[in-house]
Amino acid sequence: MFPLTEENKHVARLLLNTGTCPRCIFRFCGVDSHAPYRLPYEELLNELRKFLETEKDELILEVLNPPPKKIRLQELEDRIDNVNQNGEGRLSVIEDGSIASRNSNLNVCNVCLGILQEFCEKDFIKKVCQKVEASGFEFTNLVFSVSFPPQLSVREVRSFAHIKLYQSLSLGRNDIVQLKEAYKWTTHPLFSEELGVPIDGKSLFEVSVVFAHPETVEDCHFLMAVMKALNKIKEEDFCKQFPCPPNSPKAVCTVLEIECAHGAVFVAGRYNKYSRNLPQTPWIIDGERKLESSVEELISDHLLTVFKAESFNFSSSGREDVDVRTLGNGRPFAIELVNPHRVHFTSQEIKELQQKINKSSNKIQVRDLQLVTREAIGHMKEGEEEKTKTYSALIWTNKAIQKKDIEFLNDIKDLKIDQKTPLRVLHRRPLAVRTRVIHFMETHYVDAHHFRLYLKTQAGTYIKEFVHGDFGRTKPNIGLLMNVTADILELDVESVDVDWPPALDD
Amino acid sequence: MATEPEAAEPVVPSLVDRYFTRWYKADVKGRPCEDHCILQHSNRICVITLAGSHPVLQSGKTIKSISYQISTNCSRLQNKVSGKFKRGAQFLTELAPLCKIYCSDGEEYTISSCVRGRLMEVNENILHKPSILQEKPSTEGYIAVVLPKFEESKSITEGLLTQKEYEEIVVKRINATTATS
Repeated sequence: MFPLTEENKHVARLLLNTGTCPRCIFRFCGVDSHAPYRLPYEELLNELRKFLETEKDELILEVLNPPPKKIRLQELEDRIDNVNQNGEGRLSVIEDGSIASRNSNLNVCNVCLGILQEFCEKDFIKKVCQKVEASGFEFTNLVFSVSFPPQLSVREVRSFAHIKLYQSLSLGRNDIVQLKEAYKWTTHPLFSEELGVPIDGKSLFEVSVVFAHPETVEDCHFLMAVMKALNKIKEEDFCKQFPCPPNSPKAVCTVLEIECAHGAVFVAGRYNKYSRNLPQTPWIIDGERKLESSVEELISDHLLTVFKAESFNFSSSGREDVDVRTLGNGRPFAIELVNPHRVHFTSQEIKELQQKINKSSNKIQVRDLQLVTREAIGHMKEGEEEKTKTYSALIWTNKAIQKKDIEFLNDIKDLKIDQKTPLRVLHRRPLAVRTRVIHFMETHYVDAHHFRLYLKTQAGTYIKEFVHGDFGRTKPNIGLLMNVTADILELDVESVDVDWPPALDD
Repeated sequence: MATEPEAAEPVVPSLVDRYFTRWYKADVKGRPCEDHCILQHSNRICVITLAGSHPVLQSGKTIKSISYQISTNCSRLQNKVSGKFKRGAQFLTELAPLCKIYCSDGEEYTISSCVRGRLMEVNENILHKPSILQEKPSTEGYIAVVLPKFEESKSITEGLLTQKEYEEIVVKRINATTATS
């Protein structure tokens, strides 16, 4: 059923005359049911013309009751001209389409510039869907985002101002149905049908189309920040600047881009590090790689491939030096996979992925590999800043020692130490003093110049500096406590005391 | 130089050996034997220390006090550094004085920076216990920490002597002394 009523006739005719397309006409008349917009363009055009077929009297009445003086004289003359040109003063819309063809060029709508014409119809949607399918993304739903050139808003306001001159409308500017809304009502069912998935605003898979209209870019130049200005500018000033009614452009909008992107997915786990020659992140100076590979690459490269992602962001609950091993349950990590093309994996597939990573290198091993949500990153931070760690260090002393010389360390609990920013990181960290706690220590005598120290410390404690003292800038330190010169030969992380991510039975 | 003799023990590279390169400046400010040793970390940070041949480190010398007040208006203790980029630091040129050492025999020695850069910190531990400077001049007894400009990190060592060059100078001095005595 045709959605326009008698009430709408004048406005509809006026708009059609000036070159506005049927769907935009619906919008201006406040048509807010979806079905009419979904009818094919040709059909809408025909129905509209039928609807507007005028009686002789109606039009003459219009001419005899001229619009208010505000209207420019020229426009009024134009209208009378048209009536006269048809001789009898009768305008037949269907027969010669005079209104349509003479006063307006309905090839390109003067308000939507083609958006609600060809760009919401099946052929165009098919073209977009072909691109989506070719992109190789895996998805079960999608969110469609579209961007229009700002000229559209300007033209809409101008048309509205134009109508108001002729017709005191019961509808206000806010009753006009938004272009984007109407566009989505029309296109969403077409997308769903073509791709076989529902549209879901929360979907991680986004298809975005950007339109531009280079021909009319000048329309906006008198307005700063188009939308804000449109709300503020006085109508008179606006009308002075912009042709009334908006002119009919020669060409429709151009499609600037059709892009697809999938929101990031997150994979977490724990890693062990068995090499004393492996950095956490790639070690590159002046474009030259100093050490082969890195923890993050050994884990993430496999994920990048399998998820077909563009890139990754690796984060972990703290990190260890190149020459430090990570033993025990390992250190929690989370990897953000950016724009993944494949996202659905069974837990069996993830298990196999874990095995693949573990087989590929003996420098690192991973466990508890699983898909997680974005809050994973928060867990990483918490683990780094708040949770305790335990270590084992092999210590050398310059003076010869006996078993009894190290026993006293076992009795020290919750030792407070002050650490100035270690010299080895001072080039990239602020100079500060950090107080940290050594919760407990356990010593194992090795020989006259060596012993093993197990210790549990607060997050953020520099262990190496606690042992050798860093030029006396960490106090107290093992050397001071024992009254020797001490140095650290080996360090291992024994545990990172975070119970996240959840352990999986392997 | 204080080291414990290690019988059959293989020499364990010390902290300084592992991370730092030793550079020297001899006869600083023209004063004979006032040699400085600059420990340059692989990350370009420099620790200013006294070289073993410096008069203050010779046996028999007692330090009365150390002062970081190098002029009426400037005390190195007032150096305040903030943020990752170390803003607010006192800027040092090669000849900038770091501290003054007063000995019980009335001698006074000025220690200079020897490198250009921002002053990070001076060692307050030697203020309270000057003997540390003589006991462990290369570690706990350091004088100051300086951060050179990134662009200058290689060039700052151009005016300095390598370990080998320094040792040659020391040998020359000893020979000169023995020759004249």
